[in-house]
Amino acid sequence: MRRVVITGLGGVSALGIGVPALWDGLAAGRSGVRRVTVCDTSILSNPIAAEVPSFDPAAHLTPDQLLLFDRSTAFAMIAASEAWAQADLELTDEERERAGVLMGTGMGGVTRQDEAYRDLYEKKVARSHPFTIPRIMSNAAASHISMRFRLEGPTLCISTACASASHAIGEAAELIRSGRADVMVAGGADAPIATGVVKAWEGMRVLAPCGDDPAAACRPFSADRQGLVLGEGAGAVILEERERAIRRGAVIHAELAGYAATADAAHITAPGVDAPARAIRQALAQAGLAPEQVDYVNAHGTATRLNDKTETTIIKRVFGDHARKLAVSSTKSMHGHIMGASGAIELLAALMAIERGIVPPTANYRQRDPECDLDYVPNQAREMKVDVAVSNSFAFGGLNAVLAVRRA
Amino acid sequence: MSELDPIEQKVIELIAQKKRIPPESISLDSTFLELGIDSLDGMDLLFNFEESFKLTIPDEMAQQMKSVRQVADALRTALANSPRSTTT
Repeated sequence: MRRVVITGLGGVSALGIGVPALWDGLAAGRSGVRRVTVCDTSILSNPIAAEVPSFDPAAHLTPDQLLLFDRSTAFAMIAASEAWAQADLELTDEERERAGVLMGTGMGGVTRQDEAYRDLYEKKVARSHPFTIPRIMSNAAASHISMRFRLEGPTLCISTACASASHAIGEAAELIRSGRADVMVAGGADAPIATGVVKAWEGMRVLAPCGDDPAAACRPFSADRQGLVLGEGAGAVILEERERAIRRGAVIHAELAGYAATADAAHITAPGVDAPARAIRQALAQAGLAPEQVDYVNAHGTATRLNDKTETTIIKRVFGDHARKLAVSSTKSMHGHIMGASGAIELLAALMAIERGIVPPTANYRQRDPECDLDYVPNQAREMKVDVAVSNSFAFGGLNAVLAVRRA
Repeated sequence: MSELDPIEQKVIELIAQKKRIPPESISLDSTFLELGIDSLDGMDLLFNFEESFKLTIPDEMAQQMKSVRQVADALRTALANSPRSTTT
């Protein structure tokens, strides 16, 4: 049985550019949520988000890339480049054909789309820019990453809303397990802070109101939670067949030991219990792990009333008595809900727990909810040895992805 | 149905259209639960109420609207608070 290990990490989020910045922010329990600056907020009722702070694309991209990329593609390229450099891979021509890319995105190049449509409908411009389509297509990030690193194997994109990155990483691992690839760049990216998109989220009435203190708006599992906060960014990992990684003396962060995907097949927005619980069980079964071996769960934890209550039920159902011994946290309280990048950034948070021995907290936790009665690591990171961590992603549309990682 | 005021009539009409049921089957005391209105239907209805009455229903008010009477009362309050509120 071929096994899969992680040999490179990259991340861009409201906590900064690069995995060290992400880990430092998470360890400090720092929220990256603030008032929106990257789009026109004049018609928004709720102008807060977890924006990547003072992001200057020109500092990271070539002029050609600047012209062609959406903001989400820029984040994806920066995260993938960080992970790629760290993995320190040198591939032969033959090996390149067995190396690919699998990126998730919820909405693709939506900032460029918003801009293009505003020019058409509002400014009544005579023509759209010729690069509009390549800028907004959902596979832009996967394609540009494959071109940048000349990876010629299976290269795909997955769009399963908030679970996109977890599905992408999990399916990339399956490509390696099944022998169709030896190396995969996998992750997810989204940049949904565009006026039209935020307005659409306002219409769903699931966003936390901005209030006087945006940084404290996202309060997962807290009794006074009031909804989700959008975020932006990208996360990427290099997945590699284990024997190959050992042979070349690669630095191995952890083993991607288990993955499962299930569907509620029930409701387009309300979360289920049975299918997500089955996903956690199946991921652990693939990893050959008993539920009692899990130390930390990085929750989906959106901070909506329904998600957090339901996820608590799911965790209790799968872990039984062990649920009360687990550390469970939602790092969305700090990096926001990054849609198609969430699963990747949250896997990086779980890897921090294994690698640094620091479990990231649930920030802004204020008040115990009788329906959410687990140990959510409130407000302060915890020093704790973590050998096994699970990351949950439960998407709109009832599509669930769970990743299990183990100390290598 | 003669005792219904225009707001109540409109609310019932919009719910009847949404659920594809006869308006006669809906009373002021009908709850969203009884009418089979789930969270998604509820979001769509709120949007229809806002568009029809040309006003904005705040989230806190929306969360209280679980029956036809509660909707009509809330709309009446909202209309009184912002009589000239048109599309934003």
